[in-house]
Amino acid sequence: MGLFILRRLGVMLLTALCLTFIVFWLTNLAPNLEKLAKTQGNARMSDEAVVSWLENRGYSQALPVKYGQWLGVLPGYVIEGADGEVRARCQIPGEPVEDAATFCGILQGDWGYSTVFKDEVGSIVGTRLGLTGKLMFWVMMVMVPGALIIGVLAGMREGSRTDRSLSTVSIVSTATPEYVSGVVFISVFATATFGMQWFKGTATSAMEDATFENFFLPVITIALYGMGYIARMTRASMTEVMTAQYIRTARLKGVSFPKIVLKHALRNALIAPFTVIMLQFPWLLNGVVIVETLFNYKGFGWVLVQAAGNNDIELLLGVSIVSVFVVLITQLISDIGYVFLNPRIRIS
Amino acid sequence: MEALTWTGNLGGYLNPVLMVLLALLAIAVVAQFVLGFFAAPMTLQSNPDGTLEARGGALGMAETGVKWTFLATLAVVVAYIVVPLVMPYGAAGIIGEMSKRFLPVWIALIALFAVSIHFKRRLGLYGKLFDSTIGMIGFALVMFWVFTALFVGAFDMILTHDYLTQVSGLKNKVPGVPVPEGTAGAIPHYLLGGDNLARDIFSRVVTGSVFVIAIAPLATIFAFMVGITLGLPAGFYGGKLDTFLSFIANLILAFPVILLFYLLVTPEIVLTGIPSYMAAFLFVFPLIFFGVLLNSRYYTQPAKRNAILIPVLGILGWLYLSIINQKGTVIDFLPAWMDLFDISILVVFVSVVFVNAPTVFRIVRGLTLDLRTRDYVAAAQTRGEGAWYIMLWEILPNARGPLIVDFCLRIGYTTILLGTLGFFGLGLSSESPDWGSTINEGRKLLLIYAHPALPPAVALLSLVLGLNLLADGLREESLKD
Repeated sequence: MGLFILRRLGVMLLTALCLTFIVFWLTNLAPNLEKLAKTQGNARMSDEAVVSWLENRGYSQALPVKYGQWLGVLPGYVIEGADGEVRARCQIPGEPVEDAATFCGILQGDWGYSTVFKDEVGSIVGTRLGLTGKLMFWVMMVMVPGALIIGVLAGMREGSRTDRSLSTVSIVSTATPEYVSGVVFISVFATATFGMQWFKGTATSAMEDATFENFFLPVITIALYGMGYIARMTRASMTEVMTAQYIRTARLKGVSFPKIVLKHALRNALIAPFTVIMLQFPWLLNGVVIVETLFNYKGFGWVLVQAAGNNDIELLLGVSIVSVFVVLITQLISDIGYVFLNPRIRIS
Repeated sequence: MEALTWTGNLGGYLNPVLMVLLALLAIAVVAQFVLGFFAAPMTLQSNPDGTLEARGGALGMAETGVKWTFLATLAVVVAYIVVPLVMPYGAAGIIGEMSKRFLPVWIALIALFAVSIHFKRRLGLYGKLFDSTIGMIGFALVMFWVFTALFVGAFDMILTHDYLTQVSGLKNKVPGVPVPEGTAGAIPHYLLGGDNLARDIFSRVVTGSVFVIAIAPLATIFAFMVGITLGLPAGFYGGKLDTFLSFIANLILAFPVILLFYLLVTPEIVLTGIPSYMAAFLFVFPLIFFGVLLNSRYYTQPAKRNAILIPVLGILGWLYLSIINQKGTVIDFLPAWMDLFDISILVVFVSVVFVNAPTVFRIVRGLTLDLRTRDYVAAAQTRGEGAWYIMLWEILPNARGPLIVDFCLRIGYTTILLGTLGFFGLGLSSESPDWGSTINEGRKLLLIYAHPALPPAVALLSLVLGLNLLADGLREESLKD
């Protein structure tokens, strides 16, 4: 088991390295750097001005060197620019260049500086992640119990009317992407069009003070898309368990149906959905980006859109590291949890 | 010209009936749902005289009630669609006029279903689809949009106005608004109102279907070609090849899709030519697939093989070169007379294929791992068949069931991805009538004007829902044998 986790961690690290390198490469392509120079410097810069702007700030170094500096395994650049000013990668704004550290990268805990928000990437990612964490927590609180209840109710009597109607409901919910359900919810429940103006159409105020009124729509929009999928998996697992021998034995003993479902079937039926729920996290990340944009909730997904739209390289890298680790860690947890929950599986 | 109401004269009779029926249906459904927990399992009793007896009591009544109120509601809804066809213009309101515009689609749908149901026993899996209600509903929804796209794209039939024409005074106007005198168009109203650039929403939505119906299945086919061509050897040989390919696939899958789109689908990246190189790489897989497929079958008869392979590869190669050859990009070497078509949204197409291919790869790999231990594979190996023959002619046909089901689901997923791209305004011009861009345009003023964003949202939902129901029906029917 220890070896298994170690190997998974190794693969994880390799994946994270590869992915960040790809993001680094794509954001450091020449046209992207030119755009960066023009948005940060002057929109009407001449080509030579762009080149010198980039050279002064270390963007013209070779790609592996830049990547090494960002990682913190190569010393940060100290460049005397064409304008005579000396700039160092590790320079803290407002302090002399000589005091700058030699190494400053992810490994030293320095995430870099966001060119859009004019702030440390680490602190931006931290605060935004906190806001998204709040959203995710409520999504989970709505989605998981809802999906499990629907799945168990549908799966306990396969082929019944309850099963068929609940299955249709879950198909409908998987077929509704967030940007469709979000738009429908806002126009039905947040505008006067249908006379049901019960909720607020934006969640901006929910960042400080989340209430039922301003937070319900974003939460339900994300929850709904994932709910159908988890419910279908739960249903499949429940129907399989309900045909097992020990359920038949319990029935023949004369155990009542509710007791069979609650005591005999439920625990075994919930093993498979656990994996699915963990693997839903990466999908939720997509939903978060869409919903935060739609409801103007300034969390992690909103930062991703801002960083990508403005080619804010270091912020984008920070965001991708976090999202990649979220994906990989949930995969790891789902594997390990599956082994713990299911005594039939052993990793040797 | 007066503004149209939603249901016109017809609504005076049908709306109250519909309201009552819907209320009854809701009560019956709730009653059935609640009672269902206390009831004994459903048992049909067969009486000595050959009749069947269903469950009685309160639950039985609720079930019968649901059945009949549902059928009555359905009849009223059908009346909303059918009755306006014989009413004069404007009498049946917006819904009636929309139903009239969709008349060719109704006729095509009825013809298709009549023929299919008549011959369903001779049509294999497709025919069996007509045994499952869910599958039929899904198929009807999908074919509704396919026919709409066909009639709009090929014959300019359904749309009422040009989807780009802006008519002054109609900005953000509510559905059913009359257009000023002298405006070009098939009818003198904007059926679903005007958007924030005063364009007809109804025409934009039906035109948007052409985009989705043309791109989504094609992109899915390409993703399947890539996934199958790589997944079969990965699962069949295993070992280092499998480890390597699986690592790459997991790498792409670990990327959040939206981040990938934001990195790939930008004008700056198009300038560097990366999408063109990716297209050159990804679109070569159909060539490899068909080349290997035919070669492994006929390599013992070289004359026959050459007769088949050369024209097939010739045509595919030409198509391949035409697709990747784009004016003004890094790959631009074909003379104009050879370049069959220019796809302006190549980058959108490529990124959608790129995102879908790893998932297909994993599915195919998993199926191959399972099927390679079967007896017919051992038999083929004993006969001395080559590895590619076994993969493509023994394993792949036996994996078709799950693959067809996944194909339907994946078209739906691709539709969602295309909508996502439009929603973030990536890769598509803001004038593009596709549903994602239209939703994006509409959402900006959503709190003030709700009507521009709703029709494309409902259209996208119905198509994806249709594909999911179709996949569900196919799965059910393919599991039966």
